[in-house]
Amino acid sequence: MGELDTLTAGALAQIRDAGTVPALEDIRVRWLGRKGTLTEQLKTLGSLPAPERPTAGARINAAKSAVQSAIEQRRAELESAAIEQQLSAGAIDVTLPGRGEAQGGLHPITAARLRIEQIFRRAGFEVAEGPEIEDDFYNFEALNMPANHPARAMHDTFYLKDGRLLRTQTSTVQIRAMQRAVQTGSLPLALIAPGRVYRRDSDVSHSPMFHQVEGLYVDENVSFANLKSTLHKFMEAFFEQDLSMRLRPSYFPFTEPSAEIDISCVLCRGAGCRVCKQTGWLEIAGCGMVHPAVFKACGIDTERYTGWAFGAGIERLAMLRHGVNDLRLFFDNDLRFLASFAGGRS
Amino acid sequence: MKLPLSWLADWVDLPAGGDARELARRLTNAGFEIEAIDVAANAFTGVVVGRIVSAERHPQADKLKMCRVVTSGGGGDSDGAGAGASAALTIVCGAANARPGLVSALARVGAVLPNGLNIGAAMLRGVESQGMLCSERELGLAESCDGIIELPADAPLGADLRAYLALDDTILEINVTPNRGDAMSVLGIAREVAALTGAALKTPARLAAIATDGAARRAAGTVSGAAIDVSLQPGAGAARFLARVLQGVDNTAVSPWWLRERLRRSGLRPISPVVDVTNYVMLELGQPMHAFDRARLHGALSARRTRAGERLRLIDGSELTLDAGTLVIADDEAPVGLAGVMGGERSAITAASTDIVFEAAWFRPAAIAGRARLHGLQTEASQRFERGVDWRGQERAMALATQLVQEIAGGTAGPVATAELPDELPRIRPVQLRSRQLQRLLGASVAAADVEQRLRALGMGVRPEKTGWSVQPPSWRFDIEIEPDLIEEVVRIGGLDSIEECPPVMAIVPRAPASSEVDERVVLRTLAARGYQEVITFGFVDPALQRQLFGQQPQVEHSALELANPIAADLAVMRSSLLPGLIAVARENLRRQQQRVRVFEIANRFLDEGKGGGLREQKMLAGLAVGSRLPEQWGVAATPADFYDLKGDVSALLALGGAGEEFLFEPAAPGYLHPGRGASIVRDGVGIGYLGELHPRLVRELGLTYAPLLFEVDYLAAFRANLAQFREVSRFPQIRRDISFTVPVDVAFAALSERVSVAAGSLLKQLSAFDVYQGKGVELGRKSIALGLILQDLSRTLTDDDADRVVQAVLRDLSSNLDARIRE
Repeated sequence: MGELDTLTAGALAQIRDAGTVPALEDIRVRWLGRKGTLTEQLKTLGSLPAPERPTAGARINAAKSAVQSAIEQRRAELESAAIEQQLSAGAIDVTLPGRGEAQGGLHPITAARLRIEQIFRRAGFEVAEGPEIEDDFYNFEALNMPANHPARAMHDTFYLKDGRLLRTQTSTVQIRAMQRAVQTGSLPLALIAPGRVYRRDSDVSHSPMFHQVEGLYVDENVSFANLKSTLHKFMEAFFEQDLSMRLRPSYFPFTEPSAEIDISCVLCRGAGCRVCKQTGWLEIAGCGMVHPAVFKACGIDTERYTGWAFGAGIERLAMLRHGVNDLRLFFDNDLRFLASFAGGRS
Repeated sequence: MKLPLSWLADWVDLPAGGDARELARRLTNAGFEIEAIDVAANAFTGVVVGRIVSAERHPQADKLKMCRVVTSGGGGDSDGAGAGASAALTIVCGAANARPGLVSALARVGAVLPNGLNIGAAMLRGVESQGMLCSERELGLAESCDGIIELPADAPLGADLRAYLALDDTILEINVTPNRGDAMSVLGIAREVAALTGAALKTPARLAAIATDGAARRAAGTVSGAAIDVSLQPGAGAARFLARVLQGVDNTAVSPWWLRERLRRSGLRPISPVVDVTNYVMLELGQPMHAFDRARLHGALSARRTRAGERLRLIDGSELTLDAGTLVIADDEAPVGLAGVMGGERSAITAASTDIVFEAAWFRPAAIAGRARLHGLQTEASQRFERGVDWRGQERAMALATQLVQEIAGGTAGPVATAELPDELPRIRPVQLRSRQLQRLLGASVAAADVEQRLRALGMGVRPEKTGWSVQPPSWRFDIEIEPDLIEEVVRIGGLDSIEECPPVMAIVPRAPASSEVDERVVLRTLAARGYQEVITFGFVDPALQRQLFGQQPQVEHSALELANPIAADLAVMRSSLLPGLIAVARENLRRQQQRVRVFEIANRFLDEGKGGGLREQKMLAGLAVGSRLPEQWGVAATPADFYDLKGDVSALLALGGAGEEFLFEPAAPGYLHPGRGASIVRDGVGIGYLGELHPRLVRELGLTYAPLLFEVDYLAAFRANLAQFREVSRFPQIRRDISFTVPVDVAFAALSERVSVAAGSLLKQLSAFDVYQGKGVELGRKSIALGLILQDLSRTLTDDDADRVVQAVLRDLSSNLDARIRE
């Protein structure tokens, strides 16, 4: 039966050479099809003596299955080569930029304001707003600065032609909030009031419009010790670092006692640098216990309630946090400057 | 306020041996911020006191002199040539006042001047100069001067000039808060230092002598010389007025070095003996004084209110027309000074004045406050009077001034005329301080003994009571009126750092977040995600730009609120819209070569609502986009953004409140927008804003290349939020049917959409326009539209028949109502 071996070897050689799946299919039909060469071999079994038939049949079937499995293997090879080729033809440059809109961003002052609001909201404070055009009462008189008070000279005020003015401080919101709280019986009061304020001053370190945040806490036994603690914790939360804080007595007509707050320089950590003018300290806010005259203007019982208030400049906080070296950049609205705040922590 | 430490040391021993930094720290911690610590004179060495014994003309130069200068040896009369010890030096000098006998400052060879100049022996036109005679300017003691320094004839020859003039002095620049008028003097700060350190307040020798002299003279009952009458008008604002005549004063004399140095170090310029003395007394005691030329006064002096129309020309030359009722000092004829602010020109002291009148008065702060600012005059005197001057300090000031002037310029003093209105003197009442309240307000306790000691150290009378203390403030303090004022004094002296921090304890009360509007952060982030950058612009804008944008519309809402005192002409009106700000930002950034600008701002605008309506402040959101639809990128054509891109952004924002369908866009463009490419946004029948393309005329006028797209909406109306509501989702399949037809070009999509909704009924779940075309292949005057209808029922699967019925109904409706023609 050397003939069968020769046939098988021929079939396997053809399979090995088959270059495409259709060519392979032709080979399969030629050898294993209904009229295929090996299939035909089975038909010769009838001409053999009966005792030889089982052996011969088994050999033919073995040859068929050897050819069959060679075909399968070759088919797998050919298919995978075809996929490989497809994939390599379909490869793209993954380093090209993606498509679509570019991300815009928040103004760094807004981002800083939101951060301040978040810190105080987490501590239970409400966020309040008030108008930017005010009258003399809310901006000065109710804040214990009657007409001709020398402290008014510290506020370079913008006036409208009818005598109203642009608020010089967010402290105006205190008054409205306390009046409302008295009307609605909603004391105690814990709020911050961020917003735009205006002073008639423009140079390297002053902008005629800027932002302040006012804080106010009124309850039955609010103390200066509470004020110190709250501001210290706020500064540490805002700057995400441990800070030293010191208070210097100062004067604001609407608080008594009053103090200026310095924190250890957030850049040099108190060692002394250009930003803190080598002092290691940064003046960061003003604060004090609400003056009884202010409580009285709002109808709050000064024997029952005490309170504290503070005010800080948002620009200054944002400059220190983000290393901005010129206040005026915030209002130039140069998109290249603003884009540096599109990502990152605020 | 500038304060030389050497002067302060006359009044109180300084802590830490006079270390300026330590003193600065203590004062700062007590509420007197030290703004700077300066030296009295910049460093120089090798300068000594020398006397010119001869001054001959330089043989080679007319303007130079050859001076022989000695630095040791006898007194004024000794002959330099013969006075052994040190030989005279030859100094070449160009100063006109270099003359024999003059004692001046000599920089010897090897000296280094403040400007860094090293003095060496130098040949000047063939004569060797062995040093240099110095002017005040060369030593950094004055900005300008005439000639070399003139020192007293008895100045010790050879003495180091720094030591002789006590130039190794430190000057503190102190920020005195407006409530502490009492601290605007050497005496005032000395009181604070004494209270802080526990040191005793000293009386400088000169004042101690005056006290004795005064008593002696009163005892003798002899006051010679001319008098002047003074009177006060009740209610005018002056409660004490002291005046004294000095005759025969030589005001051409020069004030002595020590006095001039003290003035200079305090920031004042020496002028003449009489003026210098008034300034000196004010700086030392805090009592402003004024001097009149007696010869130019007519009759007596009075402090009174002005009568209508009175005028006054001041020393600085300004001519004031005074409001009736202004407090002035007047003679028998007219006002001669704006009380407590500035004297008048007519009676001003000059070098020629010989008979003078000193004034030392007490004015009610309220009578002075505001006057100076009203006339644009902030003077040293007005700052003190409006904050409050010690009402008991006039006699001492008068005595000191008299003594100093006599010492410097001679003269005979007349009696002190005193007018006083006892009822109008301040009544500084005792203030109660409760120990319980002290502890409650501070959140810290202070020992009773410390409270008493600190208050007494400040000159207060302290009387213990059952619950605390009754405290009598001294005559110089005008800021102690209520209990917290005393509490501040207690902690000010003790130091605020001594109060331990203690977190407040608040009740835990859950509170709903503001639910009626979209969270601001969501609005901001949505805009940022759509490529918009937030900007912050000023609340006041350029009136020209605002008028250019809105001027064509006589709408009330854009009539501008003008500032009375703008900081610049282009920041002179309050914005009636955020758009001028955004347009300015866009122009600036385009100028900076940005190709694509997308910006927004959330801020208030200010509307003048006209007569009686007052003003309205309205929170707005505005945006601007100019440039391509997307940032430049590969594979996307650089198409300029158009109205529909902007509308997509605006619609996305308006949908944040869960009520996107409540907003209607109506073709009604305001004047600043392209009339065919602008829309009014309406919610509940009320206009809440606009969007569209800037009017081509404005694009041209503003010098823009492309038309910016703009929107501005009423923030609160746009972001009033609805509670999100559950809507049942169908379990059954949906069917999509597309229809295509033409309609006349002026049929709005809104009209089509409305007809389709009516005709399709409740099965219509979604309607989309997937093609809109006009042009070739479509009949002129018509446009082709393709709509996709998605149909679905909540309770059953729709059949093709159901869908066909809906489509037929829609097409019938569109053709009969909107002249639609089906496209074959």
